[in-house]
Amino acid sequence: MIDPISGKARRDRYGSKINRTHSPILAYATPWITIMFASLLPQLPIASAIPLIPPLGYLMMIAWRLVRPGLLPVWAGTLLGMFDDLFSGQPFGSATLLWSLTMLSIELLEARFPWRGFLQDWLVGVVFIAAYLIVAAMLSGARIEITAIVVMVPQFLLSICIFPIIARMVAVLDRFRLMRVRVIG
Amino acid sequence: MAPPSSRRSGHSRRAQYGLFTGYVLATIGVLFGALLLGISLWRPTSFNGLRTSAGDIVAPVGEANAVTRTEGQGLFDSISGYLRAGSQNANLKKEVELARIRLKEADAVRQENARLKTLLGLRDTQTPPVAITRLVGSSASSTRRFAYLGAGSNQGVTVGMPVRSPRGVVGRVLEVGQHSARVLLLADSESVLPVRRAKDDVVAFAEGRGDGRLRIRLINLGVNPLKRGDVFVTSGAGGYYQPGVAVAILDQVTSDGGVARVIADPAATDFVAVEPIWQPKAVESAKTPVGEALANDQSTGAATQ
Repeated sequence: MIDPISGKARRDRYGSKINRTHSPILAYATPWITIMFASLLPQLPIASAIPLIPPLGYLMMIAWRLVRPGLLPVWAGTLLGMFDDLFSGQPFGSATLLWSLTMLSIELLEARFPWRGFLQDWLVGVVFIAAYLIVAAMLSGARIEITAIVVMVPQFLLSICIFPIIARMVAVLDRFRLMRVRVIG
Repeated sequence: MAPPSSRRSGHSRRAQYGLFTGYVLATIGVLFGALLLGISLWRPTSFNGLRTSAGDIVAPVGEANAVTRTEGQGLFDSISGYLRAGSQNANLKKEVELARIRLKEADAVRQENARLKTLLGLRDTQTPPVAITRLVGSSASSTRRFAYLGAGSNQGVTVGMPVRSPRGVVGRVLEVGQHSARVLLLADSESVLPVRRAKDDVVAFAEGRGDGRLRIRLINLGVNPLKRGDVFVTSGAGGYYQPGVAVAILDQVTSDGGVARVIADPAATDFVAVEPIWQPKAVESAKTPVGEALANDQSTGAATQ
């Protein structure tokens, strides 16, 4: 007689293993859609007098790239950056340029330091966010004075504090991405 | 743990080519981005069409969001109102007393105004707004300060129109889509607005500093007559804004003017009115190079020569 097997043997964290498989659409579209949604998000809560809200689209892209290396192609930064440019208020092309450069430099950095950990990912995130905020401000066409630089500090601090949270969110989204939702047969 | 690297493609030709193509595409992306950026810094209006149609698509979401935001604020206000009801009541009574007196004074002033206006033969220049709409969003993560409106060319909004809230000037329309428009806020570092002190005729420029405050630059240099708490209103110079609309309140006095807070803080603004350009002819003639006649008015053209 066959022993009754544990119910857990037929399921894992991605759902039932019997008669179900991953959906390729969900698996490949989730990162792109979440990054695009994050690009839209800073526009919605209103009109702060200073640039306060972190560049969420950019944070989301770095998080996907660091949490799940190999999922986003190297050229993803170009297309996602163009989408961000439509809504960010920066001159058109600034995110296209900076996001593409970011993807290429993370690729180089990964060749140099292939090991991973929470702190290292965070550190990489902090370096890239700082560089992005400063260069984006220089390219924005605004006059850069002492006050403009001081005003960027809260945004920077908020960005680096929120980065680990976004990385955790990406981990959850990654689990969602690999849910077995397609019925076989 | 080291991640499985996609850089090592092994002996598969296909994987090697795929990887190489990826790098080539990414490099092309960088060059393409630099090109776009160069074009849009050289000619800032180049990609307006793309951006405004994207804005049109997102505007309804912003609209819904603006409604929830306002209702949320209202809820918090009413809760805190309950908590501070007693002392607030006493204060309000006192304020109402004062307000009644001021109202009577204002009545007198209004009467005198009407009398003087009939004397001068002026008619009331109040023009109805082009559109009343919500601020649906802003560029909250960029160093530039832009806001988005829920009205566009279909509602009659055109580039250059001033935008004001019940409190005062918010900014000026920069780009127009079909159902949305982009507004240059006063706090943007590229925004300059001619103002005067409300109580007398000290004229100045209010420039955005990029931190939500304005730098007041006096036109007549000399002894700085400004004091904290001075209110600045639009002077009407330039022809875009109606004169006499509140702009900023002085916060800090410096050697050549001061630093002022914007009265109509966009964060606290819900509905805004888009007004027609006050003196379209003045704006047009300011854009016409000296020595060239205006299209519809030869005499003004002759005057500029």
